[in-house]
Amino acid sequence: MKRNLAQVVLSTVALLIVLSAFLPDTDGGFSGIVKSADSYFPIWFSIIAVFAFVLGASSLIGSHVRKIKDRETDWQYSVVTVLSFAIVLIVGLAKLGGASGLEGDVSDPASVLGRIFSSVLSPLHATLFSLLAFYMASAAFRSFRIRSLETTVLLVSASIIIIGRLPFASKLFSFLPDALQWLRPDKLSLWMLLVPNTAGQRAVLITVSLGVIAVALKYILGMSRDMFGGQK
Amino acid sequence: MSSDSLLLLITLVVIAAAMLRHRDRKSEVDCIPEIEVAVRKAAELNRPAYFIPGSRDIDNIQTISALSMLKVVARYCAEYDVELIIPVSKSMVMERAREVCNAAYEEAGFSDRWSSSQVSYTTDDPLGFVAHVDGMIARAKPAVCFMFGFFAGESLLLAESSYNVAEVTIAGTAVPSQIPFFVASCDTTLIGEEFFAASAMLSGNQEDIAMLQGLDAGKQLAIGIILAVVVLSYLTLIFKPEMYESFLTIVDNLLHGGGR
Repeated sequence: MKRNLAQVVLSTVALLIVLSAFLPDTDGGFSGIVKSADSYFPIWFSIIAVFAFVLGASSLIGSHVRKIKDRETDWQYSVVTVLSFAIVLIVGLAKLGGASGLEGDVSDPASVLGRIFSSVLSPLHATLFSLLAFYMASAAFRSFRIRSLETTVLLVSASIIIIGRLPFASKLFSFLPDALQWLRPDKLSLWMLLVPNTAGQRAVLITVSLGVIAVALKYILGMSRDMFGGQK
Repeated sequence: MSSDSLLLLITLVVIAAAMLRHRDRKSEVDCIPEIEVAVRKAAELNRPAYFIPGSRDIDNIQTISALSMLKVVARYCAEYDVELIIPVSKSMVMERAREVCNAAYEEAGFSDRWSSSQVSYTTDDPLGFVAHVDGMIARAKPAVCFMFGFFAGESLLLAESSYNVAEVTIAGTAVPSQIPFFVASCDTTLIGEEFFAASAMLSGNQEDIAMLQGLDAGKQLAIGIILAVVVLSYLTLIFKPEMYESFLTIVDNLLHGGGR
C-alpha cells in the first residue's frame, strides 16, 4: 500500500514536470497551475534536502566520535574533523563578525565565517584542484603508450592537437604548397576539434539523453520499484 | 506545440511504447563480467572494495542508476565476503545506499556481513569530499574501486588516486566532459548510455531489459532522423541547389524551433 502510494506520487509529480515542457507559458488556467507546480518542486526538494542534512551531519559526527572513543587507527584526524565541524557550526549559527538576527547574511565576506571561507577553505580547494595538472600529465602519459591500434590513434591525434595549439603552429609546415596547406598542424587540430570531436560529443549527448528518458520512463511507468526499497 | 516539443513527444512515445511492448518478453542478456571478476580479485587479496556513487544528489538520474549498480556490486561483495565501503557526498544518497546494500546483503543471504557504518557521509562540498575519499583510499588500499554516477572536476582526482593503489578501477558516467578522464585512468569505463544500459543488464530484471529495448528504439529513431536529414540535404544540393538554404532553415526550425 505504502509503495503504491509512493508510486502514485512519483508518477503524478513526474508527469506534471514532463507536461510543463509541452504547455504554453501562460499565467492562468491549467497551464498556469502546471507551470507554477513545476517551479515549486525544486524548492520542495531543497527543503527535504535540508532535513536530510541533519541525518548526514549526525552520521558524520557519530562515526568520528566513535572512532575517538575506541581509539581506532588515525583517531587524531577525527578530533580535527569534530573540532572543525563544531567551530564552523557555532561561528555560522552565531553569525560572528557580521550582522546578527534573521536578516544577517551568513555568507557576508566580513564575517568570521566569510573569513574562514576565504582564508582556509578557498586555499585548500585551490591546492587540491592544482593536483589536476599533475594527474592529467600522468594519465595522459599512460594513455599514450602504444599498446593497441586505439592507443596509437589516441597518440597521433593528441600529438596533432598539442602541436596545433602551440603559438608558432601556423609557422610550422608553412613551406607546404597551397594544395597541402590543410596538413598544417594548426588547421588539422582545428578540424579534429570541430568535426570528429564535435560529432563524438554529440553522439554521446544524444544517447545519454535517450538513456535518461528511458530510465525516467521506467520509474514513471512503474516498471521498477527499486526506488521504494525493494523489487516489484 | 512547438516543433521541438513535438519531436520530444514523439521520442517519449516511441521509447515508452517499446518498453511496454517488451516488458513481458523473455530475453537473455549477458552480464558484464568485469565487475564480478574485480570483486573476486578483492576477495583473493583480502582487501576492501570502494564504491563511489557520484557527487550529485538523489534527484540526479545518474545517481539513481549508480545505486542500481551498487545493488549488484553489494550482492557480489556479500557472496565473496569482501568489505564494501561507500563514501557519499549527499545525506539522502547515504540513506538510500544503506537501504540498497541492506537489501542486497539480505538477498544474498549474508546480512550478518553488512553494517550501515560502511556507508559514510562527509560533506556536500565536492572538493572536500574528494580530499576525504582520496585519503581513505590511500590508507585503506582497496583492491577495487568502482566510480559510477555524475562526476564533475573531481573525476580525475578520484580516478588517479584509485589507480595508484587499486588493482582494478571501473568507472561509468554519462557526463561527456569527464569520460576522457575515466578512459585515461581506469581499467574499464562505461561511456554515456552504456552506463544506464549496464545497470539494467546487471540487474537482470525483465523490466530493466524492457528499458534497454526502449533505449534501442530511441536510438533507431535518432539514427533514422539523422540519416533522413543527411540524405535529403544531399538530394536537395544535387537536384535543387537553389533550395538548399531554405531546406536547412526548415530542418533547423523543425529540430530546434529556430532557436539555435
